[in-house]
Amino acid sequence: MYPAKFEYFPPRTLEEALSLLAKYGDEGKVLAGGQSLIPLMKLRFAAPRALIDLNRIEGLDQLVEEDGGLRIGALVRTKACERSQLLRDRYRALADAAPQISDPIVRNRGTVVGSLAHADPQGDWGSVMLAVGARVEARGSGGTRTIPIEQFFQGPFASALEPDEIVTSVVVPDPGPRASGTYLKLERKVGDFATVGVAVHLSLDNGRVRRAGIGLTAVAPTNVRATKAEEALAGAELNDASIRNAAELAAQAAEPRSDLRGSADYKRHIVQVFTERGLRTAAEAAGAA
Amino acid sequence: MNEQAAPVGGEPQMRRRVELVVNGQRRSAEIENRLLLVHFLRETLGLTGTHVGCDTTSCGACTVRLQGTPVKSCTMFAVQADGLAVTTVEGLAQGGKLNPVQEGFKEEHGLQCGFCTPGMMLVSAALLEENPNPTEEEIRFAISGNICRCTGYQNIVKAVQWAAQKTQSEQAATTVA
Repeated sequence: MYPAKFEYFPPRTLEEALSLLAKYGDEGKVLAGGQSLIPLMKLRFAAPRALIDLNRIEGLDQLVEEDGGLRIGALVRTKACERSQLLRDRYRALADAAPQISDPIVRNRGTVVGSLAHADPQGDWGSVMLAVGARVEARGSGGTRTIPIEQFFQGPFASALEPDEIVTSVVVPDPGPRASGTYLKLERKVGDFATVGVAVHLSLDNGRVRRAGIGLTAVAPTNVRATKAEEALAGAELNDASIRNAAELAAQAAEPRSDLRGSADYKRHIVQVFTERGLRTAAEAAGAA
Repeated sequence: MNEQAAPVGGEPQMRRRVELVVNGQRRSAEIENRLLLVHFLRETLGLTGTHVGCDTTSCGACTVRLQGTPVKSCTMFAVQADGLAVTTVEGLAQGGKLNPVQEGFKEEHGLQCGFCTPGMMLVSAALLEENPNPTEEEIRFAISGNICRCTGYQNIVKAVQWAAQKTQSEQAATTVA
């Protein structure tokens, strides 16, 4: 399979990349890991006139904790998240998701930020970022702006990015001392897209839920938050009743479609089971009684 | 090399000259930007040890090591590898001596048709460099991006275990000597 012809630019600085993107606009595509974009180009679902390859730009591969949270640069590979002790200790939903994404070889190239920018409703990182309440930092000709993740996904493969904008990083807020999360994914085999995925994040305060985040994969036109379930948990004590109630509300937030991976009813049921399981896992890890 | 962008409206540059270090040798060519790394290796350089399996980023038969890291060469353009080092299955043996992973596949019958073998061996070699004594589970996890359709995983795992043991006993011998 051969992609259509394109011009290729490996800029050394972000400024150079931005000016190239400004020139080509809609006809330019930003290349990071390429593990979603290149397959689309091979099928000619995507045929950009110019590819702007970020891989030669220094400083975009930072996975660091800084004031206020965790910064994940545009070139941070999923493999780096899989290997990060910091993520295992402090950002558990991310750590649990990483080794479940695609397969080990794809994870060596594929990036977190690229997955978000791709805005595939079957993408795993989007649900995780919704659960943890991340914010996306984008740069364009108009300067830098921050987009809350819940405003980022606008439809299947459609994000809030302008054609001249590049996501430079995604920032995960500091979860606080008593927090945890997890990601549960049902897949038919390694490397397949999720049949269903559920990301859960909990932060606790005096035995009660300070903030709950629940993100759902592959059950709506975008990754979605189970907002009603989150609201029901906020301020509540975690017990069998509150967890079961939240799981039911999460299942109601799913709008799955029957396809070769399963029926709509089956997928909705899995959302409920995974939400309950995920909340119990996160509650235990966060030290709830 | 044309590093600068041609202005929009100027002559679009659809080709580039690249230079890669492939199995330790500098290899230079002028290629189309859209040429996939796997086709550069197989067709431009004639290194047909790297296989095209699914061509859809699923099977791992096209795996090569880029700067030491296993990547799917069907999901990368050759221009992206400009200036970088690539190791293919042809580069596994050093100085006429098989890599322990290659010996293991031979000793433990780690292949039937051989189609997945180059990718399996490159991933396994990378695993053993990082984790010289992996558990069976770690081996299976590491090769989970490589599909074998002869259902030979059992012997592939044994082959990697064989290579791990061989490497460790060789190192122990060196330490004693």
